[in-house]
Amino acid sequence: MPNVMIRKNDAGDLLFYVAKKDMEETIASVELDTAETWGGGVELTDGSRWYIDPISPPPVFPTTLRFKRGDE
Amino acid sequence: MTAMTREETQALIQEVLEAYPDKAKKDRAKHLAVNDQSVEQSKKCITSNRKSLPGVMTVRGCAYAGSKGVVWGPIKDMIHISHGPVGCGQYSRAGRRNYYIGHTGVNTFGTMNFTSDFQEKDIVFGGDKKLAKLIDEIEGLFPLSKGITVQSECPIGLIGDDIEAVSKKKGKELEKPIVPVRCEGFRGVSQSLGHHIANDAIRDWVIGNRDGDESFPTTPYDVAVIGDYNIGGDAWASRILLEEMGLRVVAQWSGDGTLAEMELTPKVKLNLIHCYRSMNYISRHMEEKYGIPWMEYNFFGPTKIAESLRKIAAFFDETIQVNAEKVIAKYEAEYQAIIAKYRPRLEGKRVMLYVGGLRPRHVIGAYEDLGMEVVGTGYEFAHNDDYDRTIKDMGNATLLYDDVTGYEFEEFVKKIKPDLIGSGIKEKYIFQKMGVPFRQMHSWDYSGPYHGYDGFAIFARDMDMTINNPCWKSMQAPWLKSAEGEVEKLAASA
Repeated sequence: MPNVMIRKNDAGDLLFYVAKKDMEETIASVELDTAETWGGGVELTDGSRWYIDPISPPPVFPTTLRFKRGDE
Repeated sequence: MTAMTREETQALIQEVLEAYPDKAKKDRAKHLAVNDQSVEQSKKCITSNRKSLPGVMTVRGCAYAGSKGVVWGPIKDMIHISHGPVGCGQYSRAGRRNYYIGHTGVNTFGTMNFTSDFQEKDIVFGGDKKLAKLIDEIEGLFPLSKGITVQSECPIGLIGDDIEAVSKKKGKELEKPIVPVRCEGFRGVSQSLGHHIANDAIRDWVIGNRDGDESFPTTPYDVAVIGDYNIGGDAWASRILLEEMGLRVVAQWSGDGTLAEMELTPKVKLNLIHCYRSMNYISRHMEEKYGIPWMEYNFFGPTKIAESLRKIAAFFDETIQVNAEKVIAKYEAEYQAIIAKYRPRLEGKRVMLYVGGLRPRHVIGAYEDLGMEVVGTGYEFAHNDDYDRTIKDMGNATLLYDDVTGYEFEEFVKKIKPDLIGSGIKEKYIFQKMGVPFRQMHSWDYSGPYHGYDGFAIFARDMDMTINNPCWKSMQAPWLKSAEGEVEKLAASA
C-alpha cells in the first residue's frame, strides 16, 4: 500500500508518483472519474494496475493518496 | 572518428564488460546503454539508483555529502554542525565553491567547519551531552547565526544518539530553529538519498514556520530559484535574468540562501527548479501543500536560456512575456559574438560527460550552441526520472553510463577518443595524463559562473582554453619524436 502522489503534468494528464519506488508514470485510465467520485481501479501506461476506494467528492490534485496493488 | 553506429556502441559496451567476472558483468550490463530516442521510458534501457558493485571504483558520495554538502551547506546564515568525527566535515569544507555574500564568522558561516569531533568516549557513552554543549558554545561565539542544523555522520545512527531530543530542547532554550538531520552516510546507495533526507528535514522543520503569517508583502511576480547552488556565482547569473524579466526572486535555494528565504518560499507564485534531482522532493511538497506550481528550467547556453525564459514567462501575464523577449533580444548581440568567436575553434569537437545532478543533460545545449557534440553522458546518482529526461536530449546511438566504474570510463575514453571530458576531480588527472583535455565540471574547474548569458561567455572561453591548449601538442617527450622534424629545423636555421 504505497503512498502515491497524484499530480497533473503540463499536458493535463495525471501522474502517479511513488517517491520510495522512484516511479513516475502517467495514469492511462481511472475506473470512476465523475463529478461526484474519483477512484476505483487505476491503470497506468506501463500496464500495471492499482486500486483505491472511490473518493467523493473527488480530491483536488496534487494530493497524496494510499493505493493498493490492483492484482491482489 | 565519425559518429558510431548503434551496433558499434553496443559492441564497445560488450567489449568493456568482458573484463568482469560473470556476476559483475550481469550487474554492470544493466547500467550501460546505447541511447535510443524512440524509447519513452528509461527503465526499459538502463538501471539506476542501485548499490554500487563491491570492488569497482565508483565516485559516488554518501547521504551526509548529499545533505551537508549539497542541500543544507550553502544556507549561509545557519551553522551546520558535522556531528560525529572530525574528518567528514573537514574534508568537505568549502570544496563546492558555493559563493555567498556576508562576513564569514560574523553573520554567515558557509566556508567554516563546525564539528563535534567525536572521540572514543563519545562513541562509548553517547554524544548527546557533547552536542548540547557544542550548541551552547556556538550560541556564545556566533550569536548572529539564525539557526543550527545537526548533520549526522555515520556513528550517530550506529550508536543511537537522540539528536532530535537535544535539538528540540536547545531550540526552545535558544529560540532558534535547530534542525536535526538524519543523514548518516550509510543510508542509501549514494548522495541522492541525502538530498531526499535533507528535503524532508526542510519540509518538517522549516517550510511551515510562517504558515498563517501574512505579514510578508507578496507580488504576483514572486518566484523562488530552487536547486541552484551558486557554484562560482551561478545563481547570481541566473537571478539577474529573472529580475530583468520583471520577476521578484524571493528565495535562492540554497546557494547564497538564507533561512528566512526558505521560510518565505511557500508565499511565492512559482518554484523554478534547476537541479531536479536534489530538490524535486520539496517542490512536490510545496505543490501539494500550498498549490505552488513548479517547473524545470535550464540556463546553460543561449538556446536553452531563451527556451526556458519563454517557458517561465508563460506562467505570468503579458508584461512578463514581453519582457522575456526583451531580455533575449538584449543579450543577443553579446552571445552571438561569443558564438562567432568560439564556434570556429570548437566546431565538431566531441565531449564525454560524467557528473551528477542535472549537468549530464543540462549542459548538452550549451555544447551544441558551440557546435560541439556530446557523445557520452552519465550520472553518478541519478534515478530513472533523470534518464527519462536525458534520452531526448542525447543523440541517437550515443553512450549512456550509470554510476560508471573507473575501469569502464577509461576504456570508453580509449575507444571513443573524445576531444574533451567533463567530470570530477577524481577523474581529472587520470585523463589529463592520458592526454585528453579535461574540465572538472563539478565546480566548473575553479571558474564560473556557467549559468545565464554571462556564464555562457565564461563557459565558451573555458572550453576553448582547455581543448585548444598548446600543451596537448607536447604529449610526447622531445627525444621520442621522429628525427625528421629535427633535420628540417636544423636545415631551416642554417
